Amino acid sequence: MADTAEAPLLAKIRAHQVIARAEERPGNGRWSRFAQPRWIGILGIGLGLLAFWLALPPLASRTLVWPILVGVLSVAAGIAATTRGAGRVGWGAIVAGLAGIALGALATHSSTSHLNDVIVWSALIASTLRYATPLTYAAIGGMFSERSGVVNIGLEGDMLMGSFFGVWGADVTNSWFLGLLIAILSGMVLALVHAFFCIQLRADQIVVGTAINFLALGVTGYLFVDKYGANGAPTSIPTIPDITINSLKGVYFIGPVFGDLNLMIWLSFVLLFVSYIVMFRTPIGLRIRSVGEHPRAADTVGISVYATRYAAVVVSGGLAAMGGAYLSLGFVHTFDQNITGGRGFIALAALIFGKWRPLGAFAACLLFGFSSALGDRLPTYFTAGSSLPVLFNALPYVLTLIAVAGVIGRSIPPAAIGRPYVKQ
Amino acid sequence: MTELPGELEAPEAPEPTPEGTVPSVAARLALYQRAGGFVVPLITTVLAFFIGGLVVLVVTHKNPISTYKAIFNGSGLNWFFPWISHSDRVTAAFNLQSTLLLTTSLIFTGLAVAFAFRCGLFNIGGQGQYGMGAIVAVLVASSWTSMSGVPHIVLSIVLGALAGALWAGLAGILKATVGAHEVITTIMLNWIVFWFAAYLFGIGGPAQSSTQALVPVSNDVAPNTHLHVFWGSPILQGLHIGFFIAIAALVAYWIVLNRTTLGFEVRAVGFNPEAARYAGISVAKNYFLAMAISGTAAGLAGAIDVLGWKFRVGVDDIQGSTIGFIGIAVALLGRNTAVGIFFSALLFGALVNGTSTRNLDPSVFQPELASNLTLMIQGLVLLFVGADVLVIYLWRTRRKLLFWRRSAPTR
Repeated sequence: MADTAEAPLLAKIRAHQVIARAEERPGNGRWSRFAQPRWIGILGIGLGLLAFWLALPPLASRTLVWPILVGVLSVAAGIAATTRGAGRVGWGAIVAGLAGIALGALATHSSTSHLNDVIVWSALIASTLRYATPLTYAAIGGMFSERSGVVNIGLEGDMLMGSFFGVWGADVTNSWFLGLLIAILSGMVLALVHAFFCIQLRADQIVVGTAINFLALGVTGYLFVDKYGANGAPTSIPTIPDITINSLKGVYFIGPVFGDLNLMIWLSFVLLFVSYIVMFRTPIGLRIRSVGEHPRAADTVGISVYATRYAAVVVSGGLAAMGGAYLSLGFVHTFDQNITGGRGFIALAALIFGKWRPLGAFAACLLFGFSSALGDRLPTYFTAGSSLPVLFNALPYVLTLIAVAGVIGRSIPPAAIGRPYVKQ
Repeated sequence: MTELPGELEAPEAPEPTPEGTVPSVAARLALYQRAGGFVVPLITTVLAFFIGGLVVLVVTHKNPISTYKAIFNGSGLNWFFPWISHSDRVTAAFNLQSTLLLTTSLIFTGLAVAFAFRCGLFNIGGQGQYGMGAIVAVLVASSWTSMSGVPHIVLSIVLGALAGALWAGLAGILKATVGAHEVITTIMLNWIVFWFAAYLFGIGGPAQSSTQALVPVSNDVAPNTHLHVFWGSPILQGLHIGFFIAIAALVAYWIVLNRTTLGFEVRAVGFNPEAARYAGISVAKNYFLAMAISGTAAGLAGAIDVLGWKFRVGVDDIQGSTIGFIGIAVALLGRNTAVGIFFSALLFGALVNGTSTRNLDPSVFQPELASNLTLMIQGLVLLFVGADVLVIYLWRTRRKLLFWRRSAPTR
C-alpha cells in the first residue's frame, strides 16, 4: 500500500531534483564556464601538481607549509567537484592533491630518513581519522535533520550532551557501553525538546537551535560542577576500547594507520555506509527527503510530516551525541566544560560543504580533521614560537564560506529547510 | 502509512494564525498588544527563572530564593534601594558599575542582532564582529602613540566600528548577491575571527605584546586613549562614557528605524522581500546595509570595551567571550525595540555580572554553578521567546482536552 501511494511522489521528487539540478548549472555569465564542477576538478588537479612542483627545484620550498596548503586546496576543489557531479575529475583532483602533499613532503625531507617520514605521515593520517570521527557522527546526524527540513544549529549542544552524559554514565555504571547508551539517550532527549519547539510550536528553527546550544552548555556545565566540582572529571572511567588488529600491524604504512583505531572510528565507517543506503536507497530515506523538499506533496500522499521530522531530529541528536561521546570517552578520556569547542559547527560546515550527502560530508570531515591534525602537528616544522599553524584551524570555515558563496559550485540546501510545516 | 485517526477527524478549529480566528486566542493576542508587548517577554523571563530555580532546588538542594537574592546583590542592583547601609552601598556601587559596563556592550550587540532582524536577517555573527572591532581598535589605539587623545580615540572607535561593519557586510554581500544564508556565513566568520585572534595575539604572533613575550595578549592601548570614567574609579573599572554612546545608539536605532527612509525600506524588506521588491525597493542593497549597520554596532561594542576598561586584548578575550551570543538573547527578549533592548541588556548584564566569580557570595552559592545557571536561563529565554505559539498551543490543548472529556470518542 505504501509503495503505490508513494509512486506519484517519487515521480514528483525526481522531477524536482531534475529542476534543481538544472537550476544549479549556471548557464549564463562570462565566468560561469569556470564555475562548473569539471573545471573546478581540473583546477584541483593543477593545484595538486603545483603542490609537488613547489617542493622541487628551482623553487624547492624547504618548509612543508606551501605544498600542504596548496595540496589541501586541491583536495577541497576535488571534493567540491565530486559532490557536484564531476566525479571522475574530482577524484583525480583529490588523488593529485594527496599525492602532491605526500611527494612534496618527501621532497622537502629528502635529507631525513625515508622511514621516518612514513611514520610521521601514517601518524598524521591516524590523527586525522581521530579528529574527523566526532565530526562525522554529528554531520551524518545533521544530514538526517536537515534533509527532513529542520535546520540543526543545535548539533553542538547535542554533542556536548553526549560528551558529558557519556562520561557520567560510564562513571556511574562503570561500563563504557552503558555510558555510550546514556549519552545517545541524552542527545535524543535534547533533540526532542528541539523538535517539539521547531515542529510543534513552529518557533524559528535557528533561534531554537541557538537556545539548545546555550541550554546544553548550561546543563552540562552545571551538572559537571555539581557532580565533580573542583576535582574535575574522574580520570579512571572505563573508556571505549581501541581495536588492535595484529595481522595488520606489521604492514608497511597501513599498519600504523589502521592497526590501532578506536571502535567508534570503525563504527563511523559502518554508519556512513548505512546512512547512505537508508537515505538514498530505501523508502524511509525517500520519505525523509520528500518531507524536506516538498512537505505538502509528501503530506498529500499520506506521509506524516510531523512524525518524519520528529524522528529525523531525534536520530540526529542521538548521532551527534555519539560523536560527543566518542570525543570524551574514546579520544580525550575525560570531560571539561565546553569540551566540544565548536566541533558541532564544524560538522555543520562539513555537512554544507559536502552538499548534504553522507560521502561528501565524510570527505569534508576528513579534510577538516586533517587541518586540525596539521594544526596540532605542524608546529614542529616551524621555527619555534610562531603562531602561524593555528591558522590551519580556520581552514574549514574559510572553505565552507567559499562553498556557500558559490565560488566553487553552490551548496543548495533542501528546499523546505527552516520552514515549519502547518498541516491543513 | 500509520495515520493518527484523531488528527483527521477531530473537528479542528481554524488555523491559529496571528490574526486568530479563534476568539479566545485573539483575545489573548489583543491582551499582548494592549500590554505593549511586555507580557510575553515578562512571562518568558519569569518562566526561565522559575525553571532555573527548580534546578537549583532539585539538583543542588539550595534555596533558589536566597540564591537569586545573592545574584541580585552581586549585580549591584540593590544600590537603588534607599535602605541599605553605607558600606553596602559602596560595594553595590562598585558592582553596579561593572553591571552597567556589561550592559553597555550588550546594548550594542543586542542592536547588532535587532537591526538585522528588522530586515529579516538573523545576524548570529555578533561575536565575530565584536572581535573584529576589538582587534582593530586595540591595534590602532596601541600604535601611533604620538597622536593626541581625542582624535586617537575617535580614530580607534571609527576604525573598530568599520571593521565590524566590513565583517558583517561580507555576509550581507554574500546574501545579496548569491543568496548564501547569513546564518551559515556569519557562523563561519565568527570562527575565522576566533582563530585569527589566536594567530595575531598568540605567543609568537605578529601583534603579540612586545613587553610580555610569554603572555598571549596584545600591546596595551596608549594611556591617553582611555575613555573618561564618570562614575567610580578609573583603575577599578568604573563606568565610562561609552554607556552614553550606547544610550545614544539606542535612540539612533529608534530614529533610523521609525523616522527615516532607510528604516522604512529595511522594515519593508523585513516584512516581505517580494512586496518590497515590487514596490521598487532594492532588496539586495538593504540586505547589505542592514548587515553593515548591524556590524557597526557590534564593532562599536568591541572598540568601546577595549578603550573603556579592557585596554588590551588577549586571545582569551576573543575566544572566551560570549557578549555577541548574549546579544541574540537581548534582542529577542527585547522584541527588537529600543526600550526592550535596554531592559533586557540590563537584565542579562546583571545576570552575568551577578553570577561572576568576583561578585557572587560563594557562601550562598558556588559562582561556577551560577555562571552555568546563567547560560541555562539564557537558553530557556531564547527557547520560550521564540515560541509565541506556545501560549496558543497550550490554549488549544486545553480546549482539546475539554472537548474529549465532554464527548466520548466516536470510534
